[in-house]
Amino acid sequence: MFTLVEMTDTVRIPPHLFHIKLNDAVIEELNNKFANKVVYNVGLCIALFDITKLEDSFIFPGDGASHTRVHFRYVVFRPFMDEILQGRIRSCSREGVHVSLGFFDDILIPPDALQQPSKFDESEQVWVWEYETEEGTHDLFMDINEEIRFRVVDEVFVDTTPTGPKVSEAAESDKEAKKSPYSLVGTISEPGLGLLSWWNSVG
Amino acid sequence: MEVVNDQAAMLSNYEVYSLLKEIESKGKKKKSRAQQNLATITYETLNYLKNTPCTLQNPEMVSEFMEALGPYNLTKAEKLQLLNHRPSSAVEIQLIIEESEERLTEEQIDELLQLVADKLPDPNAPEGGGEGEEGGEGGTERMEEEEE
Repeated sequence: MFTLVEMTDTVRIPPHLFHIKLNDAVIEELNNKFANKVVYNVGLCIALFDITKLEDSFIFPGDGASHTRVHFRYVVFRPFMDEILQGRIRSCSREGVHVSLGFFDDILIPPDALQQPSKFDESEQVWVWEYETEEGTHDLFMDINEEIRFRVVDEVFVDTTPTGPKVSEAAESDKEAKKSPYSLVGTISEPGLGLLSWWNSVG
Repeated sequence: MEVVNDQAAMLSNYEVYSLLKEIESKGKKKKSRAQQNLATITYETLNYLKNTPCTLQNPEMVSEFMEALGPYNLTKAEKLQLLNHRPSSAVEIQLIIEESEERLTEEQIDELLQLVADKLPDPNAPEGGGEGEEGGEGGTERMEEEEE
């Protein structure tokens, strides 16, 4: 689920922080810059793991702050393909089941990746697995806040860096701005996947 | 900002959990407006990890477990998932290990389950007995704790 990513960056320490040890100031700045942010094609940054190398600090003309090149390692959330994860159902919609891990919300299980056959119950706005046994069809509801086990099938990174002012078509750029920078696609169409309560009662 | 290596190492839930607990205890001294992001992500991730089996693990357990998994020819990712999920049934093992029916015999799957049960503590069973049934009870206990 979590990986260690080696990165380098130039950290700017403003003069009012010069009384703190350089190490601590750098750690604080790195955490401020990266924590809870998504880096394109890398993942969701959680926290700084350690600093591997601090190079010399420079002061440039016109700016009183010191600039230090830092090599560090960061803990990043990026599940690998086909990894099994456990989360909670946040909501159901026609697009599928939205799952959340608490610290990461953009996980979607599309309708064709649900246990088959499944149908969407309009009145309760939930997806239902129609489980067939010899006795008849059981309707297994995928209620909100239920714990669900799923497999990661795909990850989508969207580059959300601002592109500058648009002269025309301002309405379209508003819609694009709502895309999340990192989202996961999951599946539960295998035995053992889906709500935990479906499989715990068997064993 | 440059990314030197985006897969330098894979971390187990336990390692991330202990790191975040350390950060949380250090961060209680100074809380500035700017640390909000770190505080948010630390809090949410700790909340998530508290409900996983990794909270009861320690480094010795983890290295013993990894050594014991040696003879089964599992990939790194599979061993990591076994450590993070602590499967208690054959169905879960089949999910975690690809083509488990071809690579492992039924006996080996049972041995793996036994190994997991022995080496890694079960968060659901305070007395250490009855894994399958206690899964349901453990679930309700956790939900009650969260409601508080």
